[in-house]
Amino acid sequence: MDALLQQIFTGLVSGSFYALLALGLSVIFGMLGVVNFAHGAFYMLGAFGAVTVLDTIGVSFWLALVVVPLVLAVLGMVLERTLVRRLTSLDPLYNFLLTFGLALILQDLVRLKYGVSSQPYSRPDLLQGSFNLGLFTYPRYQVFVLVFSIVVSVAVWLVLSHTRIGMIVRASTERPELTSALGVNVGRWVTPVFGFGVALAGLAGVLAAPMRAVNSEMGGDLIIVIFAVVVIGGLGSVFGSVAAGYLIGMLTAVGNFYVPALSQSLVFILMALVLLLRPAGLFGREESMS
Amino acid sequence: MLSVHGVSARYGEAQVLTDVTLDVQQGEIVTLVGRNGAGKTTLLRCLMGLHRSMSGRVELDGVDITRRSSHQRARLGLGYVPDDRGIYASLSVEENLLLPPVVDERAWSMDQVYEAFPVLADRRRQTGTHLSGGEQQMLSIARVLRTGARMLLADEPTEGLSPLLVQQIGDIFRSVREHGITVLLIEQNLHFASSLADRHHLIARGQVVESLDNSEVKEREHELLEYLGI
Repeated sequence: MDALLQQIFTGLVSGSFYALLALGLSVIFGMLGVVNFAHGAFYMLGAFGAVTVLDTIGVSFWLALVVVPLVLAVLGMVLERTLVRRLTSLDPLYNFLLTFGLALILQDLVRLKYGVSSQPYSRPDLLQGSFNLGLFTYPRYQVFVLVFSIVVSVAVWLVLSHTRIGMIVRASTERPELTSALGVNVGRWVTPVFGFGVALAGLAGVLAAPMRAVNSEMGGDLIIVIFAVVVIGGLGSVFGSVAAGYLIGMLTAVGNFYVPALSQSLVFILMALVLLLRPAGLFGREESMS
Repeated sequence: MLSVHGVSARYGEAQVLTDVTLDVQQGEIVTLVGRNGAGKTTLLRCLMGLHRSMSGRVELDGVDITRRSSHQRARLGLGYVPDDRGIYASLSVEENLLLPPVVDERAWSMDQVYEAFPVLADRRRQTGTHLSGGEQQMLSIARVLRTGARMLLADEPTEGLSPLLVQQIGDIFRSVREHGITVLLIEQNLHFASSLADRHHLIARGQVVESLDNSEVKEREHELLEYLGI
């Protein structure tokens, strides 16, 4: 029983990364209608950002947690302005090719500089050691990741549900054309929203650096699962993608516990089931599919 | 107030509007009457800047707005009530009202809106799309009034509503006019149109085939009904 609980906890920690990545992907898809295939690469850049600023100018983990996402937000906004924006009026396939190509280029650039071996990144002093959670002990750092990701998700949800910017993002996500006919300059919000989504991926990358293998492949492996998470949660549904993130993390861990052979494919089996029974996703609205 | 000069529009290969010219004077209620597929909705979308492939010229109070984006047109005082009412499922009733920016000092306050539409006040916290069809229509019109728009473009606001509700919507448009707001209205119900409007433009196959005063429409109602096939 304790082992199962511990496994569920491990799943929730994985789910933290799913949730943060799916959240950014979902906000970007909602606002721009662009499926950002470079999202995993931005996550990878986040982790390498943390490694680089530590190695070169000695920036600590805590500072990297702020600085790296900000830098990636700027990078995201520049890419949106210079590349993504030019293709949004065309067939979605063009942005698929663009972001997929961007992901490959970013990965190769990182490989050029760091090779394929994983970069070491140690946990911050404050988060060394373990917490005693009653039934089992658990590494402090992992507990921190879980709590931190929940705080970030709740904060994003509060902003989306209680502020004017959030209202505009929700409206533009649901009906971009109508929203602009009602006098809202939707285009003005597209760049910051893209930057914000990329920053969330970067944040997840920084969080991953002390506990995951930091190499150029780390994003590519993860992004496929994230797409499944977003589809299960409901494309464009912010709440859905976060909830599905934690849920999938947990279910995968439990599946892994009972049927280890299934662990890789379980998420896709779930996705197929959800698509069969609720094509709009667990928390998606049918009308938002059109 | 609004003048449309030689507007043509296409959907891909299909010509949907051909050389449409019409005008709406300050304070009038004018309808576009015609059967489904005649091009009425496309014309309204052209006026709102939502239909890209169009030629011709659109002026609002003498200002050429043909090249303006739709959010700029809204800020110049065009208020839009789309054919599906355009109520957001991800916004509450109150948020639906608050979303469009206020564009003029004539804008109704939230108190005024709630006084005129008590049902919206009762349901202000509910999801917009949980309202009934008639309530959604009121919300869509009230949303425009709250911005202070000078002119209301409404795409078949009576569609699918019961006769009682149609009457209510008619009363709302009369009071909208009393507030000095000009209205251009798509309508298939000729009887309703002639009970409300000052002038009518008959649209068929993407063209204005006749422009009539209300008295003429009343006189020729049977003939027109037959001609329009509605």
